[in-house]
Amino acid sequence: MIGAGSPATTGVRGVLARHPAWSRWLDRAAVPVEILVKKPLFGCRMCGQCTLHETGLVCPMGCPKTLRNGPCGGVRLDGRCEVIPEMRCVWVKAERRSRLLPWRGAILRIQPALDWTQRGRSAWINALRGAARGARP
Amino acid sequence: VSGAPSPGASRRLEEAFASGRPVVTCEIAAGDSPDPSGLLRRAALVRDHVDAVNVPDNTAGIAHMSGLAAAAILASAGVEPVLHVTCRDLNRIGLQSLLVGAAALKVRNILCLTGDHMMHGDQPQAKPVFDLDSLQLLGLTETVRSGRYLSGRPIQPAPDLFPGTTENPFAPPFEFRPLRLRKKIEAGARFVQTQIVFNVPRFREFMARVLDLGLDRQAPILAGVAPLRSVRAARHMRDRIPGMDVPEALVRRMDGVGPDRNRAEAEGLAICLEIIEELRTIPGLGGFHLMPIHWEDAVPEIVGRGRLRAAAAAPPPAAPRLREARA
Repeated sequence: MIGAGSPATTGVRGVLARHPAWSRWLDRAAVPVEILVKKPLFGCRMCGQCTLHETGLVCPMGCPKTLRNGPCGGVRLDGRCEVIPEMRCVWVKAERRSRLLPWRGAILRIQPALDWTQRGRSAWINALRGAARGARP
Repeated sequence: VSGAPSPGASRRLEEAFASGRPVVTCEIAAGDSPDPSGLLRRAALVRDHVDAVNVPDNTAGIAHMSGLAAAAILASAGVEPVLHVTCRDLNRIGLQSLLVGAAALKVRNILCLTGDHMMHGDQPQAKPVFDLDSLQLLGLTETVRSGRYLSGRPIQPAPDLFPGTTENPFAPPFEFRPLRLRKKIEAGARFVQTQIVFNVPRFREFMARVLDLGLDRQAPILAGVAPLRSVRAARHMRDRIPGMDVPEALVRRMDGVGPDRNRAEAEGLAICLEIIEELRTIPGLGGFHLMPIHWEDAVPEIVGRGRLRAAAAAPPPAAPRLREARA
């Protein structure tokens, strides 16, 4: 990942900020690729603010409560979801997989609230643009 | 007038925590009626025995009187309320508005929860909101407390709120629960009320990890306790309430006393008091949170016979030493 304040990003970010049409075009081009790659691999729901690398490479938007900071208190004793009993809890999977990652501590980071205006857009282009970082309760 | 602190919201719960003695809270139902007399009757049964009274936010997605209305009624009756706020029915705009409204109504203690999904309630067709999760709700409460809406607009004076949260040590992934609790405390939780403890060994493991992380010193933790009223209630909790861990031995014990109601209630109370006795040996607990579930009459007996408030006056001497050993 490119650090938020690195010169590379600020450069790209500056260019994209000056040319909003370019970022719209990039977004349109990136969305189908992102769906193709991330949906089958990680169950991506295209929230536009990807946090996969901090949630054990499991998309937290697959949780019926769309929880981004850990499991609710309703997980069944066998690790299945309280809402969809035939599904394993997204966060049970995420916690298990996060242990295999070299950056396993990332799951402990507090995730900000979603910016719903960015839903359906490319998280990659959003990361380049530095978008979807506005609302942070 | 501007800049003056909002007058008169009771700080009794925070003061009880600060005193270091064991704190006892109790959850009562808000009720279905617009007539508050039922709510006040339930509150009257428990008010002299506990430090604060929780009013839930439409538990299981079943509509009742608004939790905020119930909490405000309790506050004006001199009862210290704890208002449950969940992410199920309100988005961030509604939640900010609710928090400021609560402060205006002198409801200071806010329990920030994710919220039960409505699929277990009587109106599963409703649209779930979950714009925020419980951690983001705690963060939102911090923002509001600091005198700002999310957009940065000022709130004058800053609402006086005392946020808390819950944790369920009995739901997987078990190893993650203490870490999630740490996240919640980092996000702003100042006290914790746990899911009902029936499986004491599991809770003991959870608390050992909580002590390792030093969380008990950052936010007092109240162990959830509830009396079983019948074997039916025990089975219902075991089978119908996700995240609830009722060991088979307890169900069998309740089954063993037969259909007689009085005997079942006596057995349920005995189990509850035994669990309290066991919990008392666990270091790091700040007190107890009672969830009598339509059996508020049992609360004075549980608090009295369980010596809940007195017992905590002298914390077990082993506790501090144990803590140091772990650290």
